[in-house]
Amino acid sequence: MDVALLSRIQFAFTASFHYIFPPFSIGMGLLLVIFETLYITTNKKVWETITRFWIKVFAANFSVGVATGIVLEFEFGTNWSTYARFVGDVFGSPLAAEGIFAFFLESGFLAILLFGWNRVGKKTHLFSTIMVAFGSMMSAFWIVVANSWQQTPVAYKLETVNGISRAVITDFWGMVFNPSAMVRFEHVVFGAFLQGAFLVLSVSAYFIIKKQHLDFAKKSFKVALIVATVVSVGQLAIGHKHAEVVAETQPAKLAAFEGLYQTTKEAPLYIMGWTDTETQKTTGIAIPGMLSFLTHGDTQAEVKGLNEFPKSEWPKAGAVFQTYHIMVGIGMLLIGLTLLSCFLLYRGKLFSNKWLMKGYVAAVILPIIANQFGWFSAEMGRQPWVVYGLLKTKDAVSKSVTSPEVITSLIMFFIVYALLFFVWLYVLDREIKHGPGHDDNGVEAGYSHKGKKIEGLKGL
Amino acid sequence: MDFHVVWYLLVGVLLIGYAILDGFDLGVGALHLFTKSDYDRRIMLNSIGPVWDGNEVWLITAGGALFAAFPEVYATAFSSFYLALMLVLCALIFRAVSIEFRSKEENKTWRKTWDIGFSVGSIVAAIVFGVAIGNVIMGINLGADKEYAGTFLDLFTPFTLMTGVFNLVMFTMHGAIYLLIKTEGELQQQIKGYAMKAFYAFATIFLIITAMTLYLKPEMLANFSFGTVAAQHPLIANYETAVSVFAWMVIVLNILSIMNIPRTITKGKYMQAFISSACTIAALVMLFALGIFPNLLVAHDAANSINIYNGSSSEYTLETMFKVAIIGMPLVLVYTSLIYWTYKGKTRLDEHSY
Repeated sequence: MDVALLSRIQFAFTASFHYIFPPFSIGMGLLLVIFETLYITTNKKVWETITRFWIKVFAANFSVGVATGIVLEFEFGTNWSTYARFVGDVFGSPLAAEGIFAFFLESGFLAILLFGWNRVGKKTHLFSTIMVAFGSMMSAFWIVVANSWQQTPVAYKLETVNGISRAVITDFWGMVFNPSAMVRFEHVVFGAFLQGAFLVLSVSAYFIIKKQHLDFAKKSFKVALIVATVVSVGQLAIGHKHAEVVAETQPAKLAAFEGLYQTTKEAPLYIMGWTDTETQKTTGIAIPGMLSFLTHGDTQAEVKGLNEFPKSEWPKAGAVFQTYHIMVGIGMLLIGLTLLSCFLLYRGKLFSNKWLMKGYVAAVILPIIANQFGWFSAEMGRQPWVVYGLLKTKDAVSKSVTSPEVITSLIMFFIVYALLFFVWLYVLDREIKHGPGHDDNGVEAGYSHKGKKIEGLKGL
Repeated sequence: MDFHVVWYLLVGVLLIGYAILDGFDLGVGALHLFTKSDYDRRIMLNSIGPVWDGNEVWLITAGGALFAAFPEVYATAFSSFYLALMLVLCALIFRAVSIEFRSKEENKTWRKTWDIGFSVGSIVAAIVFGVAIGNVIMGINLGADKEYAGTFLDLFTPFTLMTGVFNLVMFTMHGAIYLLIKTEGELQQQIKGYAMKAFYAFATIFLIITAMTLYLKPEMLANFSFGTVAAQHPLIANYETAVSVFAWMVIVLNILSIMNIPRTITKGKYMQAFISSACTIAALVMLFALGIFPNLLVAHDAANSINIYNGSSSEYTLETMFKVAIIGMPLVLVYTSLIYWTYKGKTRLDEHSY
């Protein structure tokens, strides 16, 4: 195994694992703002209970997200130092901006969000919640800007310093608002909103089935359902816009999305199927001309196939095709599911529908898969380039790092993350089983603090 | 305006911020297992509860700033210290989740496990950061292509292990003083003993390291020498008197603040003691920075060292990112002060506590 392959496996693994958590934080951040606003405007106890319960769930996700996020920032230097040398001038800036503008904001106000309920006024607390939600979106913005520049590099020039070529920014804002940045940011954030909303839907549905905390669960469910419905429909429009941008800027990736080998007029769109790069055949259920229509607004328009590019520059079409289609499929399923649920809610038959509620308990996995696979198709579709058209992934690795070193770190991450994942599930499960209501963590049954009085238990 | 120098200073500011802030919460972690009762341990954890996450952001931002302003330094340093950094990552992950999950269960074994995770994670991170600084002082084995040519074990010499231990002891002292502000009663008395012990260990190792550095690396004093040792850099050459005067002022500040620590602890002026130990940390980072300037990564062969010119981004990027930093850093200081202000006073447990 060479260092490049091992580093790719390590980056894929650490990035995928990390990406389970930030979407929860971003999505739940939005919901917390809504819940807490409802609490402050209505001043009803139930909204307070709702807000405080979801804050606890939010905290468990957030901390794992933070802990696993540092790894990624380090890996650009540890495993991909040649890449860091080549694009540091461009790519480092959004990362630094993410630290300065997003992480400080998030971590600062998080302290008030998590621990400040009895320490600050209601409005200050709500303001902190808004700032944490805003901060998490800002961090998504800057990191997506950095990744988008890899996908659609602009506003740079190549210069040679000491015989080494590197990319240098020529226009900072041009780099920030590169052709794919905004649409990908919207796409990522909407994906995150769905993932956060579906966690709330899943847990609320669990309570509804168990007939526990019904008022709490139904109110949480309704808010999350409205968010999920609006966002899933909106995501369709954003996804469509994104595909147009990909068609324009990364034609090889688009061809891999749809398993298109020959440049075709009236290119079909597959609902599901199978593509084989050896025989260059794609089979499945397809709508004729739809791909041409979606990317160019005309069913007769020409769409570039993979054969326009040398074989050495093909992404792995099989995997890209499947991950992309699973993502789209889940997106459609979520639209159908949420619209149906809204209709049933309007008819007053939603919460009595046992099988649908059971479906919701399990449905939390769907946005997670869609978010993961969306990134898989975006990143694998960019291959063999790490910076599209400029630098190949295999040339981007650290020259001074050896295979045994990467194997060591890879094994370490596998063990640590496996442990982390189960602990996270266990704690989350415990928080949920414990349910809303005041968790008095200070005075526990069968647990003495040598007669010390616990202070600060105001408002209980 | 030379933005290369400006960014050298900015990275220095971020490092100082990181060392002062995360320094005390790593120190609290190092002391964590010394307290025995669950209540005391929870007080320790919750004393840093609202702030540790924000403190760690200084590290992330310092990394990002280094990447943006000095990509060659970032790339070389991170790939040179590969396994050491992986160890740090592992330590920081354990630390973070230990803090978050420790008090979720009442089971003694559960809590003990996370207590160990929190403490060992803190200790390992503090040592490795010290080892990294020691390596930069001594110089690392860099080839002409700016790539590391040594091995993992080359990073651990008696000197670098010494700086590793030194960093741990310094952070432990700093963390103990922070705890003195945050605790009361018996626990505070217990911590007071640790703070004094840590101080004497710190002062002893400080003298040893200073002597070792002067013996092994006399060139660390070039920028302090009023031009008697050839300065490498025109900036230093033009302002050698001013730079040297400033450097000696830092040395004086350093010695005064070190001497002020035991005095203020004994008198029970803990906030002053904390400010003194923060000044000590700041002064040590400054001395380190003055010693290696204009290099950021010193190589065995001076020709291969990476400095603020051959390791930096383009002028345009340095200038743009400087504007970003000028807008951003005041905001950062506002949030940071706001949080510390909100959570000032003694640590109390409530239903939101860890």
